[in-house]
Amino acid sequence: MALLEVKDLDVRFAVRGGDLTALRGISFSLDKGERLGLVGESGAGKSVAAFSILNLIARPGYIAGGQILFEGKDLAAMSERELRKIRGNRIAMIFQDPMMTLNPVLSIGTQMVEAIKAHRRISTKDARAIALSKLNKVQIPSPEKRLDQYPHELSGGMRQRVIIAIALLLDPEIIIADEPTTALDVTIQAEIMALLLELCEQDNVALMLITHDLGVVSQVTQRMLVMYSGRIIEQGSTREIINDAQHPYTQGLINALPQMGEPGERLFQIPGSMPSLKNVPTGCPFHPRCKFATEQCKRTMPEYVRSGNVDVACYEVSNLIEQEKHMQESEQ
Amino acid sequence: MTSPTPLVDIRGLEKRFDLSGSLLEQISFKNGRFHRKQEAVHAINGVDLQVQKGEALCVVGESGCGKSTVARTVMGLLSPSGGEIYYDGERIDNLDGKEVLPYRRKMQMIFQNPYASLNPRMTIQQTLEEPIRFHHPDWDADRVKEKVTEVMQSVGIDPDWGSRFGHEFSGGQRQRIAIARALAVDPEFIVADEPISALDVSIQAQVLNLLMDAQQKRNLTYLFITHDLAVVEHFGTRVAVMYLGRVCELADTKTLFSTPRHPYTQALLSAIPKLEDDRPNHIRLQGEVPTPVNLPSGCVFHGRCPYANERCRQEIPQLIATDEGAQVACHAVEEGRL
Amino acid sequence: MTTATISRWDRFRDSFLWYSFKRDKIAIVSFLVLVLMVAAAVFAPLLAPTDPYDLAQINIMNSELPPVGMSGADAAFPLGTDAQGRDMLSTILYGTRVSLLIGFGAVVLQAVLGILFGLLAGYLGGRVDSILMRIADVQLSFSTLMVAIIVGAVFKASFGNLMFGEIAIYMLIFIIGVAEWPQIARTVRASVLAEKKKEYVDAAKVMGFGTRRIMFRHILPNTLSPIFVIATVQIANAIISEAALSFLGLGMPETQPSLGSLIKSGFDYIQSGSWWITLIPGLVLVVLVLVINLLGDWLRDVMNPRLYKG
Repeated sequence: MALLEVKDLDVRFAVRGGDLTALRGISFSLDKGERLGLVGESGAGKSVAAFSILNLIARPGYIAGGQILFEGKDLAAMSERELRKIRGNRIAMIFQDPMMTLNPVLSIGTQMVEAIKAHRRISTKDARAIALSKLNKVQIPSPEKRLDQYPHELSGGMRQRVIIAIALLLDPEIIIADEPTTALDVTIQAEIMALLLELCEQDNVALMLITHDLGVVSQVTQRMLVMYSGRIIEQGSTREIINDAQHPYTQGLINALPQMGEPGERLFQIPGSMPSLKNVPTGCPFHPRCKFATEQCKRTMPEYVRSGNVDVACYEVSNLIEQEKHMQESEQ
Repeated sequence: MTSPTPLVDIRGLEKRFDLSGSLLEQISFKNGRFHRKQEAVHAINGVDLQVQKGEALCVVGESGCGKSTVARTVMGLLSPSGGEIYYDGERIDNLDGKEVLPYRRKMQMIFQNPYASLNPRMTIQQTLEEPIRFHHPDWDADRVKEKVTEVMQSVGIDPDWGSRFGHEFSGGQRQRIAIARALAVDPEFIVADEPISALDVSIQAQVLNLLMDAQQKRNLTYLFITHDLAVVEHFGTRVAVMYLGRVCELADTKTLFSTPRHPYTQALLSAIPKLEDDRPNHIRLQGEVPTPVNLPSGCVFHGRCPYANERCRQEIPQLIATDEGAQVACHAVEEGRL
Repeated sequence: MTTATISRWDRFRDSFLWYSFKRDKIAIVSFLVLVLMVAAAVFAPLLAPTDPYDLAQINIMNSELPPVGMSGADAAFPLGTDAQGRDMLSTILYGTRVSLLIGFGAVVLQAVLGILFGLLAGYLGGRVDSILMRIADVQLSFSTLMVAIIVGAVFKASFGNLMFGEIAIYMLIFIIGVAEWPQIARTVRASVLAEKKKEYVDAAKVMGFGTRRIMFRHILPNTLSPIFVIATVQIANAIISEAALSFLGLGMPETQPSLGSLIKSGFDYIQSGSWWITLIPGLVLVVLVLVINLLGDWLRDVMNPRLYKG
């Protein structure tokens, strides 16, 4: 059994003029110690997906259907009290903005001790010892000093390290990291990503990494999900998808990267932009921007087909697979 | 680089931001004595750059390196604390009011945040018409309209959308409109300050293509500010790498990416996550960027540099030419240690 | 896209303002009551049965008649009459007119001064900012009433009672406008400080636009929402200030009564049982100020940029 299994998750936002569907039929699983990348552009629903796993989406958002099974128990159906035992304890979360987690008026040490004591019956002294060991683990220089410092006294990179230390405090099984390095500089980003990867490997912690940076996904994760307009359109082995993406959107996303083009030449570009939730097209949401789009694509959402170790939702891909099968059969 | 006159010539540019406030706030009473304490952010500390006609000079560096300050100083949004700026041989950093107007038409700027760079209370038509009317008071209404239609079409925005407001467009479309506004006055030189970093990947490609098309069609010269080295490799003719307000390496794009010489450039290049990587494999630097309030002595990079020695801590390295035709400010390179 | 032109009306109907207005019963009722009162005041010469300013229409024999429904009432005077025999309904209609005129007038003056000084202080910053804001602080540290009492006394002494009656309305507008401009100036300054950091202002500078054009064409329109909110509340405040001044005898004379001076003139008769002379204008004043304040509260909630961005 997978550690975390999300089945047919639907998330909606109740706004004026009816419901908006933010996530539609999201299904994926995460094994113990596995590193999963969640890729997409803004508005694709990556962050909503991350928040809904912990049942954290705030009103007007709500989970409209589906299950989120963590060790077999459905988080979507759990009471707030039971959820609190899991959040921060078994599943930890790292946000893009460290100040979402850190309280600016409390010292780092106080916040870490508080986080431990919320879940364990333990003396302050012991809790402080745990906090110190975690700060050591994230390779912060002079960790004893940091315990008494306030968030604003630390640099951006240092703050993100503290956030990771806080996430690790209770030895979680899963860390969900929502764009953890987007606000940081390139060199600091590289350090933090390497650290996160190292820690997850060391303790066999599962990582769900939400990012728009395909390079980071390639470096850190084993499997990846590509999201578009609230749907997963492609998921599977990171290496296979990066090297040979099947879905036209994923292909476009990769080919649009400047490093894929010849210097000085025009880049490959996907025309148009992602539809807003208010007017998601019928059928495959990508069809207005897709050069392979047919009448069928405009009418119905394609089912997933398997190609290698990758699941793709695209009629063009499934047709190609069919053709290949026919060719092989006729050859035999 | 042997070229007649560079289009834009930045000489010994310095910019400090005063932190200490008014005279009253500077004075403090300590140990029975009054002290006057002045603090300043040293954003740029002696930058020399020449932008040649028709090229795209990219300035890269991490936050706080002064790259945006260079852009804003060149455009006159900030006044330099020291140094000179020349445009086509004419000094422009000390012009006032009326004298500067012709340069406002020749030099334009594209900003980072497309959500803030369009006036929310103006329609697109108004946004684009205003600069044209302002700089061509003799044009009649038809000619102005014609020009607006032309620039809108050239950036791929339907001219029929003119009556809409900025917030009715997506980020990418807004950036196109901002580019159209810059192009509306037919500039020769455009400063682009992180023009694509607020956009999504697939939209970045669209805007980058648009900028390259415009460069070819209108014979533009760019000063392109970015933190994204992948974009630089694709877009730039030459690259200047900045660290803590100084240029540490200046080279042709190809040269810089194939043989980076400065240790900081090497670290920066290694930190870009690449699609073919299975693991992060960057050069680890010690510590973090120091604050530009108290600049380190000597080479600004010495605190994080694995090759730093006593000379690096004492003496500020100057840009020297390398065999590849690049310019590097590093004692280790000069001494052949690196 | 085919829908090329969208009219302003369509935009308004699609806006958050209209949407939240439709759903807020208090806002709708307040708005209707206010429109009714403003209309009644504006068309007072047409609606009022008599002209209270015209001495020929007043008969002292009709003084202190109670409102309809009480013994001794006269059907010709539905709300009764005051001590001079003026029809209460007519006087109240005319009085509301005067009160609203002073309220709006004072706020227009406040807005002109406040916007001008707020823009200058916020945009130019530095010394201009320090000087203007210190003036505003000093101005605010005097209470409106104190300034009004002094100025009013000086006016009265120098122009005499008869002349004073004619210029009273302008004097009140002037006093209340000048005394309260710092409220608006501070609001404007705060939004200008936030707006001028935005890139569209830089873009305008890069275009070479002059300071005046940037201030008035680019920044000012973006600071209007908070000005609108505070101006609504200030109208209510100005009406109250005027009523208070009139009640103290420093405002509108009895020959040209505002709601405040009506309340004052009736106050002397409350002991003798003619309570309606004070109470009815008092109620009208309370309702008027209340609906304006309720609308102001609603506007503030709707236009709060943290709740709604647009």
